[in-house]
Amino acid sequence: MGLSRAATFPYSLNMFDSRLSLQTLRESIANRSISCREIAEFFWARIEKHNAAINAIVAIDPEIAIESAKDIDRRLANGEALPALAGLPISIKDILCTRQGTTTCGSKMLAKYQSPFDAHLVIRLYDSGAIVMGKTNLDEFAMGGSTENSIFGPSRNPWDNSRTCGGSSGGSAAAVAAGLSPASIGTDTGGSIRQPASFCGVCGIKPTYGRVSRYGLIAYGSSLDVAGAFAHTVEDLALVLTSIAGHDPRDSTCLPDPVPNYAEEIRQAPKNLRIGVVREHLEDNGLDNELREALHASIETYKRLGASIVDISLPHSKYCIPTYYIIAPCEASSNLSRYDGAHYGFRAEPDPKTTSASPLESMYENTRSQGFGAEVRRRILLGTYALSAGYYDAYYLKALKVRRLIRKDYDAAFEKVDVLLGPTTPRPAFRLGEKINDPVQLYLEDLFTVGANLAGIPALSIPIGQTRSGLPLGMQLQAPPLRESTLLAAGHWYQQQTGYVPSIPPAFAAS
Amino acid sequence: MSDSASTNSPLAYRVVIGLEVHVQLKTQTKLFCRCSTRFGQSPNTQVCPVCLGLPGALPVLNLHAIELAARAGEALHCELALFTKWDRKNYFYPDLPKGYQTSQFDLPICVGGYLDIPIRVPSDNAAEAATLSENMVKRIRLVRAHLEEDAGKSMHDERAGRADTRIDLNRAGTPLLEIVSEPDLSSAEEAKDYLSELRLIMVYLGISDGNMQEGSLRADANVNLHIERDGETIPTPIVEIKNLNSFRSVERAIEYEVERQYREFLRTGLAMGQSPKQTRGWDDVLGQTDLQREKEDAADYRYFPCPDLVPVQLTEQQRESAKSESQFTPDRYRNVLLHTHALKETDAEILIQQGRDVVEYFVELVRAGATPKRASAWMLQDVLRHLNDHHTSIDHYPIPAPKLAELLVAIEQGKVDTSQAKQALAKILDDPSIGVATAIELLGIVRVDVSETEVLCKELLAENPDVIDKVKAGNTKAVAALVGQAKKKNRNADPRVIQEICLKMIANM
Repeated sequence: MGLSRAATFPYSLNMFDSRLSLQTLRESIANRSISCREIAEFFWARIEKHNAAINAIVAIDPEIAIESAKDIDRRLANGEALPALAGLPISIKDILCTRQGTTTCGSKMLAKYQSPFDAHLVIRLYDSGAIVMGKTNLDEFAMGGSTENSIFGPSRNPWDNSRTCGGSSGGSAAAVAAGLSPASIGTDTGGSIRQPASFCGVCGIKPTYGRVSRYGLIAYGSSLDVAGAFAHTVEDLALVLTSIAGHDPRDSTCLPDPVPNYAEEIRQAPKNLRIGVVREHLEDNGLDNELREALHASIETYKRLGASIVDISLPHSKYCIPTYYIIAPCEASSNLSRYDGAHYGFRAEPDPKTTSASPLESMYENTRSQGFGAEVRRRILLGTYALSAGYYDAYYLKALKVRRLIRKDYDAAFEKVDVLLGPTTPRPAFRLGEKINDPVQLYLEDLFTVGANLAGIPALSIPIGQTRSGLPLGMQLQAPPLRESTLLAAGHWYQQQTGYVPSIPPAFAAS
Repeated sequence: MSDSASTNSPLAYRVVIGLEVHVQLKTQTKLFCRCSTRFGQSPNTQVCPVCLGLPGALPVLNLHAIELAARAGEALHCELALFTKWDRKNYFYPDLPKGYQTSQFDLPICVGGYLDIPIRVPSDNAAEAATLSENMVKRIRLVRAHLEEDAGKSMHDERAGRADTRIDLNRAGTPLLEIVSEPDLSSAEEAKDYLSELRLIMVYLGISDGNMQEGSLRADANVNLHIERDGETIPTPIVEIKNLNSFRSVERAIEYEVERQYREFLRTGLAMGQSPKQTRGWDDVLGQTDLQREKEDAADYRYFPCPDLVPVQLTEQQRESAKSESQFTPDRYRNVLLHTHALKETDAEILIQQGRDVVEYFVELVRAGATPKRASAWMLQDVLRHLNDHHTSIDHYPIPAPKLAELLVAIEQGKVDTSQAKQALAKILDDPSIGVATAIELLGIVRVDVSETEVLCKELLAENPDVIDKVKAGNTKAVAALVGQAKKKNRNADPRVIQEICLKMIANM
């Protein structure tokens, strides 16, 4: 793969161990230099050794994983042609339904919940021969940006375990960054894949809304939710996305468009790539200086490679956060109504001397106030309020209108450019606990990411360096709907040309 | 003014009723999943992650429900929406597993429309009279009809003092069409007529099985009175009566509520707006309505568009087929029976009420040569009685229409008389494999030739001079008295031929 440190790059880096990439593992399986069982055992050993430090993986059944790997080995020995992800271990965010083990959403409400079905994308992974190895930690019901709102406790950033790995798919990002899992599946409603990818120094893609089936993705904000992937390289993301994307008749919002082989499509270097630099994002006052420098260096890299750089404005981008924090909580307030203690999951007893209208109402109140954490309750309240009679027009309806304007901004931008370039987050990973009592500060972390969710477009975060103190920095690329090929090609091109893929953090280097 | 209460009291009033009817659509599977909609299965056996509202499950629209709703819309003269969408109605209840009901809020599939019912009450009210059309029907305007999913069923188990509630979700997700009328109904009887005609239309068009016992048609009634006092019209607070599951309960509940509201008004004098809107439940055993809910303002359901479903746009083809399939309404068949076949209105209505298959059977009898009058008589006396006695439907009646028609034609041709035909029918019902000709043969009927009959008639007339006198005096029906005697002399004699020949002979005397 020729992944080596870019000579032009200003920051000190260790070599990335390419044995941890899906692509290399795949080649090794194909040329029989390693068995799938050995791979599964290798990653299981790494999880055993290193997971405690970061709390990235919250459930795992190594025996089933190793058995599945042995099965792939047998098929391989029989000379069977194997699917794209055969024998490759992949972890999954614990908001995606799996028949195996529990599916908790990081919530007390579903702490013991066992889904009777596998999410569509989990079935697709199985069909592709992937070894599902571990469920990853998250913010409760994917609400949060630090993986601190979880019954399993916070996950930690492998680069600095006093810092957050981001969220809500923080466990997935940390697992990949620490080399516990060569790839992981996360979900992204407002940046929940890209932000932790950027904090942990790995690649993460949020596909076009509807590109991957939501069947079995436990809903937070249904019109924004989409599943995507984490990996060390863009090439690996392409491999995973090719397997999980595509039509599913069980999700009415899933797109029927045929899925290209992204791994093939990105091999061609993009020609005459037009890159838009989002003025509002790069000039944002809150943007970290080291991050800004790194972004300018990336822009220079693209320029040198022959891409044209265009200044782009997304005039409504300042409304992204308020719009998102109306629409997502409104949908959440309804989506999470089903957790009422009546049918499954956690149930609290009614108060014996209840002030509620009935024991039933008391049971509902106790179940929902004890079963949900503070952030989930906050968003349910926000959404319930915004949808209430008399407020609907001023909040929800207005938010829908602004959402349309935000989409139009992107449409206009994509008439001029092929991809948009900017920061993924305003700053590198913050300290654990730093923003836990200041929800608005935490919401502002989503400044650059929520636009893609509101517009439904695909977006990618890739590492572009580290701060002097060693924290990863990420760049976000965004592309028009269904143009994942362009997006991934632009990212792959950058990685190939710079050779920059962060190493495994030193503390996790030992195997 | 027409009610008993008003005659006992000094205040005149008018009853104002609007009905919301939930019609269960006749789809094989539920509205948003593929679970069966079959009634009466063991609890929670017709469920899946979608209708159980399990985390991660997503709805997928059953297009057949859209077709049936569009067909109903056409039959009820509604405007079909070009674009219709789904909304979530949020509320907590244990039989509602998702915590919201998927329904249609501001863009229902059917808008407006009307349903005509027979006029029961002559009205001197100008506004009411204006809604009467020339055909002596009263036009009940509709507000809208929208699709929604049904909830499950809560069963309260209070055995041995346990306050236990069990939930059966077999019904959860079953498609319902909620048809909302304007408050154009003015009596309990009209409400019943409206519901009955609505049910008949749904059954005729295959939109619903209309089975009231199984809850396929459930009504909520909004009732209030417009009371005249001191030259003023005072509306009483509107009361919604929930879950009326039979025609009888609709009638009784409204009658009860009218009296109750009148008494309440006399007691409190409270008009609409001065006391909160009530929801009352009908207790069929006690024959009264009970207060369920009293709210200052409507419950806030926080409707918003369902992000899991895409809006529906009816295609030209869907609209065309809805139109063509909505033609076969009870009214259309009434027209055929009354005008093409000249049946008496009461007879026609009995057939109409039996359903489209019964009417089709009748039409087939006529098409195969039976006279409408005889076909209708046989339908009403023989076929329907058999169906009733055997608790079966016309499609299980052992004699297909062409075969019964053959028997009726045999009467027409004088091969058998009515009583012989009934015997033949009995034989065929005993053994449906035998043909009409065989059945007649089995009765031992031998055709009597004309000369033999003439001899017989001469004998009869000679023995009954009084009959000759009566006929000559103009009473031709008197000749019927001879038939019985003729039968005694020759059981194969054809009564029609006997009467014909006797009359001819008398005329020549």
